[in-house]
Amino acid sequence: MPIVEGFSFDLTVIWAFVIAFAVLVYVVLDGFDLGLGMLFAAEPESEDRDVMMNSVAPVWDGNETWLVLGGGGLFAAFPLAYSLILPALYAPIIAMLLALIFRGVAFEFRWRTKRWRGVWDLAFIGGSGMAAFAQGVTLGGLLQGITIDKAARSYAGGWWDWLTPFSVMVGLAVMAGYMLLGATWLVMKTEGRLRDRMRARAWVLGLATVLFIGAVSLWTPFLQDGYYSRWFTGWARGLALGVAVAVLVLALGMFRTLRVRHHDYWPFVFALGMFVLGFAGLGFSMFPYIVPTEVTIWEAAAPRNSQMFMLVGAAVLVPIILIYTALSYWVFRGKVDPDAGYH
Amino acid sequence: MFESFDPVMLARIQFAFTVSFHFLFPAFTIGLASFLAVLNGMWLWTRDTRYLDLFRYWVKIFALAFAMGVVSGIVMSYQFGTNWSVFSDKAGPVIGAPMAYEVLSAFFLEAGFLGIMLFGRDRVGPALHMVACLAVAVGTAISAFWILSVNSWMHTPAGFTIDPDTGQFLPTDFWQVIFNPSFPYRLMHTVTAAYLTTAFIVGGVGALHLLRHRHRRDKVSPATRTMFSMAMWMAVIFAPVQIFLGDMHGLNTLEHQPAKVMAMEGHFEDHPEGAPLYLFGLPNQDEQRLDYAIGIPKLSSLILKHDLNAPMQGLSSIPREDQPPVAVVFWSFRVMVAIGFAMLGLGAWSLWARLRGRLHDSPWLHRAAVVMAPSGLIAVLAGWITTEVGRQPFTVYGLLRTGDSAAPLDAQAVGASLMAFIVIYFAVFGAGTYYILRLMSRAPALSEARLKDVTHSPIRTAGVTPAPQHLARRDGSNNQPGE
Repeated sequence: MPIVEGFSFDLTVIWAFVIAFAVLVYVVLDGFDLGLGMLFAAEPESEDRDVMMNSVAPVWDGNETWLVLGGGGLFAAFPLAYSLILPALYAPIIAMLLALIFRGVAFEFRWRTKRWRGVWDLAFIGGSGMAAFAQGVTLGGLLQGITIDKAARSYAGGWWDWLTPFSVMVGLAVMAGYMLLGATWLVMKTEGRLRDRMRARAWVLGLATVLFIGAVSLWTPFLQDGYYSRWFTGWARGLALGVAVAVLVLALGMFRTLRVRHHDYWPFVFALGMFVLGFAGLGFSMFPYIVPTEVTIWEAAAPRNSQMFMLVGAAVLVPIILIYTALSYWVFRGKVDPDAGYH
Repeated sequence: MFESFDPVMLARIQFAFTVSFHFLFPAFTIGLASFLAVLNGMWLWTRDTRYLDLFRYWVKIFALAFAMGVVSGIVMSYQFGTNWSVFSDKAGPVIGAPMAYEVLSAFFLEAGFLGIMLFGRDRVGPALHMVACLAVAVGTAISAFWILSVNSWMHTPAGFTIDPDTGQFLPTDFWQVIFNPSFPYRLMHTVTAAYLTTAFIVGGVGALHLLRHRHRRDKVSPATRTMFSMAMWMAVIFAPVQIFLGDMHGLNTLEHQPAKVMAMEGHFEDHPEGAPLYLFGLPNQDEQRLDYAIGIPKLSSLILKHDLNAPMQGLSSIPREDQPPVAVVFWSFRVMVAIGFAMLGLGAWSLWARLRGRLHDSPWLHRAAVVMAPSGLIAVLAGWITTEVGRQPFTVYGLLRTGDSAAPLDAQAVGASLMAFIVIYFAVFGAGTYYILRLMSRAPALSEARLKDVTHSPIRTAGVTPAPQHLARRDGSNNQPGE
């Protein structure tokens, strides 16, 4: 694949942004679903669990669809990257898919049985936790680089290459971050004691998330030379400092609004902000590589007419999707009423 | 433990297993989504509570089946990369775009409006709720459109060139890619199959409850009668349509994938003076002959060429290494056809009973309908196996061999994940199927209106507001995909 300048250059970059956007939307939306699922473990009361699950029941399916767009978009726009990354991260990806099965069916199954409800609650907790961990490991595995045979256009590493202290740490970081999203989501969507407990949990989880962001940020530059030079040369040093300060400011904002009553929306907003910044930082590290630091987005790109054909659809459909997704959230806005359900 | 296995064969088994399991759910929910939209529309139009009762009855089943379809479908969108990475790299530039369109135009539509359809009736008002029901139904149909287009392209690739350096398929004309030669036939045949599948399940459930109360007809709810009647109309109309469409699809296959039709027919040898239609036989691919064959002379030529004496070539004209596995294709095709004619028969029987005014009073018809309830699912799988195994040994027919499509995986990795899929699918989807069957075993209306044995009313605290209790029970007691 030649690196084509001009129009093709723009299309490829646009597609990289579209897919990054899909992944980001997935991470924050399903992030609070999965985090909420993990927090199930700490809330044994069935009434609390019902309220928690009902707060996401109408929207989880739409949230998860962004994962399909991320994967499907990668397949369509960067088929080479798709065919290199997925075999390389085979085990965590299969684990994530299986975990998402348990998590997804629990939404329906737990209402269909009394005797086995505990089992499906466990499936919900375990599925959410495993999916979050596997997603983190996948990210870590990609960041640390994968072994490829570029001439053969194929993965050339072993089946446990992804398993390193770094990828495990990113897995734990994602779990903590998702739980923070889940806790702040529940602060926003619930009332009374459940909300108060979630405020307290969000404190601890917020602290853990900030520490994990710091650890990943400090470790990443030493994984590959490219990352180091990207962040620690010239003007980027200022940017790195700026991002760090911004994360801290957002964290402080979150901690502050967690203390104050009647600020139930703000902690979630601040937590989202931290995720967006962290994600942007990852993108800044990786660009223009899609398989760091072996394959650039241009090398992996689908031909121009494929990208163009899809872009027409995406330009029309993504805004429409965002509108009716917003509509769905608007319909189910406000606190979950524990007496009335969501009727 | 999998060292001695061929990783490509394991990957094929894995894909066949996960896609077969997955396919059962959309085959059911495509039709059910439309059925629900019709029921909701009928309720709004006529204000006849039968339709609302039926909607409430089936929407719970829909929610379960749809959730299982979603989670098993996400697996499929990643299987291409995990297990078939070479295929993905080569075919991605062509089929990636239609698949992305499926996500953008169908999956989001279904998922985005599902919440409103299941939980939103009282929040959004009847108009928007109806829109949500329609959006979900249309979404399932759009999804079928794109994925069957992609699937058809693998059978009858068109609108591309091959990059000499990378071996990638490069699109030249997306119109040709999407509307490739087998697509219109496959789309019609498969979507009709999905509607029939739903119709026979709905009809079987209706028949079950008619049978249960055959001695106390006053206990049969109007909703039960309506669902059986609607389902049987579907059988009457769509079973013959489906046989016609299947015939057209077969002729199209003969044109583009003759080897598949030869395998379906069990034609190993050439028949220069008209080929027989074999009803039975044991394909013996090693010896390249059909053992114990029972056939009707020249009928195959009549069906496929509309000429008793039309010459037809057999598999012997095709190199052994390019032949599909004949026995699988031969038998799965016969299962599908047999079920198709059984559906036609049940539809005719129901029409006869209906004309005599005994549609709801014919226990043997109802028994047959109960037995036939899962027939659509079996036929859909059998048809799917016929066409997909008939495509072998290629992933992109004639151009990319299956053996050259797989990911560079150890047998260990594929085998271990295959075991995990098998265990988890049977456990999880087995449980889900059990819950669906349990919902079906309760009669509609009765169960909807007076649920006394509610095991789960998680949200309703006991003894709130006595007055609307009845209403509250009606729509809230099951809490979940209720209204």
